[in-house]
Amino acid sequence: MVEIAAYLVFAMLSVALVLALIRLMKGPMLPNRVVALELIASLLVGFIAVYAIHTGVDDFIDVAIVLALLAFMAAVGFARYLEKGGPRDD
Amino acid sequence: MQEAFTALLLLLGGGLMLIAAIGALRLPDLLTRMHATTKAGALGASLTIAAVAVHFADVEITARALVIIVFIVLTAPVAAHVIGRAGYFVGVPLCDGTVKDELRDRYDPESHVLDSGLTEDSKRRR
Repeated sequence: MVEIAAYLVFAMLSVALVLALIRLMKGPMLPNRVVALELIASLLVGFIAVYAIHTGVDDFIDVAIVLALLAFMAAVGFARYLEKGGPRDD
Repeated sequence: MQEAFTALLLLLGGGLMLIAAIGALRLPDLLTRMHATTKAGALGASLTIAAVAVHFADVEITARALVIIVFIVLTAPVAAHVIGRAGYFVGVPLCDGTVKDELRDRYDPESHVLDSGLTEDSKRRR
């Protein structure tokens, strides 16, 4: 039962990743892309969790910890430099 | 029983993250997109991590899973606030259906001072 659920969730997350990538490419401005990047990071945390269940290797959880941490740092860094830059039109 | 619970948590988490991605693609402006990605995205990721804890049923793994969930729940609102703030200041357009923008006249984007929080006394001193 877990196997079937894992395959279903793999499919769902793949579709979600494609949708987030479309938003990342469309923009239309940099903050939208940052939001898409953050969504991709949390989708990857979910992917790693499902993969750990699928393979039975629990060490993958450590990767999820690091990924969640890095995504937060990236979001804060992006926002900080965006705000320092002032109004923009891209 | 434990297997069914794992499968349920996995499907709930995956479904929520799919909803988050659909929202990020379909909603009209930055703030509504963030509404979808931060709430549904954080809850979805937390539920899949919880599924790992239930699946392995081991103290050490459960502790690590709890750490990730706490971290996601703590950082998601902070990151959303920071990006939303930056987006407002760099001039991301709001959606056409926006009814109210209370910050527009009260916030000074140069000095980051919010007028509505000031008393008459502190306004005179500025």
